Amino acid sequence: MQPIRTIESRTVVIPVTNIDTDQIIPARFLTTTTREGLGKQAFADWRYDANGAVKSDFILNKPEVAGCDILVAGRNFGCGSSREHAPWALLDYGFRAVISTEIADIFRNNSLKNGLLPIVVDEQTHQWLTNHPGANVKIDLDTTTLTLPTGATAKFPIEGFARVCLMNGVDELGFLLQQAPAIERYEQARGF
Amino acid sequence: MTAKTLFEKVWEQHQVVPESADTPAVLYIDLHLVHEVTSPQAFSVLRAQNLKVRRPERVLATMDHSTPTDPDEVFGRVPIKVESAARQVKEFEKNCREFGVELHDMSSDTRGIVHVIGPELGATQPGKTIVCGDSHTATHGAFGALAFGIGTTEVGHVLATQCLLQRRPKTLAIEVTGKLRAGVTAKDLILAIIGEIGVSGGTGYVIEYRGSAIEALSMEERMTVCNMSIEAGARAGLIAPDETTFAYLKGRRFAPQGKAWDEAVARWRELKTDPGAKFDRVVSIDASKLEPMISYGTHPGMVVPISGTVPEVANDPVHAKALNYMGLHGGEPMVGKPIQVVFIGSCTNGRLSDLELAAGVIKGHKVASGVRMLVVPGSQQVKREAERLGLDKIFTEAGAQWRESGCSMCIGMNGDTAGRGEYAVSTSNRNFEGRQGAGARTLLASPATAAAAAIAGKIADPRAYLPH
Ligand code: SF4
Repeated sequence: MQPIRTIESRTVVIPVTNIDTDQIIPARFLTTTTREGLGKQAFADWRYDANGAVKSDFILNKPEVAGCDILVAGRNFGCGSSREHAPWALLDYGFRAVISTEIADIFRNNSLKNGLLPIVVDEQTHQWLTNHPGANVKIDLDTTTLTLPTGATAKFPIEGFARVCLMNGVDELGFLLQQAPAIERYEQARGF
Repeated sequence: MTAKTLFEKVWEQHQVVPESADTPAVLYIDLHLVHEVTSPQAFSVLRAQNLKVRRPERVLATMDHSTPTDPDEVFGRVPIKVESAARQVKEFEKNCREFGVELHDMSSDTRGIVHVIGPELGATQPGKTIVCGDSHTATHGAFGALAFGIGTTEVGHVLATQCLLQRRPKTLAIEVTGKLRAGVTAKDLILAIIGEIGVSGGTGYVIEYRGSAIEALSMEERMTVCNMSIEAGARAGLIAPDETTFAYLKGRRFAPQGKAWDEAVARWRELKTDPGAKFDRVVSIDASKLEPMISYGTHPGMVVPISGTVPEVANDPVHAKALNYMGLHGGEPMVGKPIQVVFIGSCTNGRLSDLELAAGVIKGHKVASGVRMLVVPGSQQVKREAERLGLDKIFTEAGAQWRESGCSMCIGMNGDTAGRGEYAVSTSNRNFEGRQGAGARTLLASPATAAAAAIAGKIADPRAYLPH
């Protein structure tokens, strides 16, 4: 994984609460056996109609959002299933961070493991972002701060170990594999 | 000694390395459930890094999500219709073979939905840590296990190391007192709980369901309750094991036998929250006030009592969007709304007692004209037991379709879907837009309510149809 320190980009706003993983990537696309190429199907049923035609009124189909790498969404983003295809699809589509006031647990975990930053901010900051689609914002993982174009800043929480892994481009599996001696001792103690 | 909650006891017994400010806990996983949809990319990582499955005997693999329910497809008499699903199933067989994992495959008589077969085989036991690349893993918490869903990267972690990196969650007690009234089921209870605390009310928490109404539930009912914990945002939901739990497990294939059984039960009896132990949050519910519930919107918190009306919420575009998708209007009564599809099944309500409940309502009636009803047992074992009781006949004589086991129309990956704009009364757990097929409109309810709707051809109060 590439190390991530800062992300600076304009935002796309989808001001809908409880966007679930079935919206982010509908289940019929989960028969894949790889993680690549899911961006085409991100928000498929919001982007395309029953005949596959582009719904021009949906924000992701508007020309002005090209190059916007940060998604701002309503509360409880990513609720529902554990499918990691959701962050895979968003990353493949081109998003690098999601900002909300609340992000569902499993989605947040999955995102951290793939380099999609789940950023939880306070109501006031979120309100500002929702009212200013396309704003150029900066996410700094080192200082765990989000900076708005007004100069206003907001701190965001992020699990410390995941943050270090993201900043150094390190995979958590390597760390777990290094725990082998402790795992062996544990298994022996339980008689496995 | 400090008083501990059930969750804390299980958590502490599984810490290989406790958490610190810098690193999460390394948590040992006793049982890893694996299915065809969320595992292929994890096996690929193992292959790429030349890693083995650390404890193949702690992996239980089955195929359920994308598998067909049409017997001809299941038993290979005709090819599987959804080609990508067929490829996924093939790849899963290959992965299990190559990594030495026992697979309950398509032809196996122990195959079924992963959350149905774990308990049914006795692999799900009190005090275990159980994970699966599936958010409804909380189901197994009904036995006093700490069970939660994980993503595919974590599936790879557990395959390779039998461990996970986890921060300790907070605890939420849901105290359910009183007695459920006749015709009000465990499904209605959990829908009411989600309606009460909201779809993110449990985020960051592990729930312990407790109180007299919970103790009175059968194991299958407890599984229905724990199953939907994720629909309130909680990754896990547990119930302390008791005599009901032990009686269910005794004699099952993976349950301890003989002396080991007695020792296990003695250990399991310790797995309850100590008097005076503190929860981070407590919510109380009076079961005796509840009615059968039904969902009206596009997430499982959007529920009303069956006798209720669609809520009117002014100036809420998200609410309006949901009602628009559902084709419903604020103020409109739920009862009487015509429906086109009924689905009985899923890891929430696809067990024998669920099928018995639905069959009891359907018996001697016909599925209304214009309604398509699909009954999909949660496992091949549930299917066999139901057939022994003649439930299949009751359903087919009424005009319903009786299928092989699997997730089926709960998720619609195998081609079992509800059509665009169709109303589907479903015993599953998610009513998200498109969950049961693009454009399909899901109404979540209990097996009794679903069966009543099938007969009436419209949403109906199941209490008028229950056998006396
Ligand atoms: S029945 Fe539905 S909720 Fe349960 S495991 Fe299958 S797809 Fe998931």
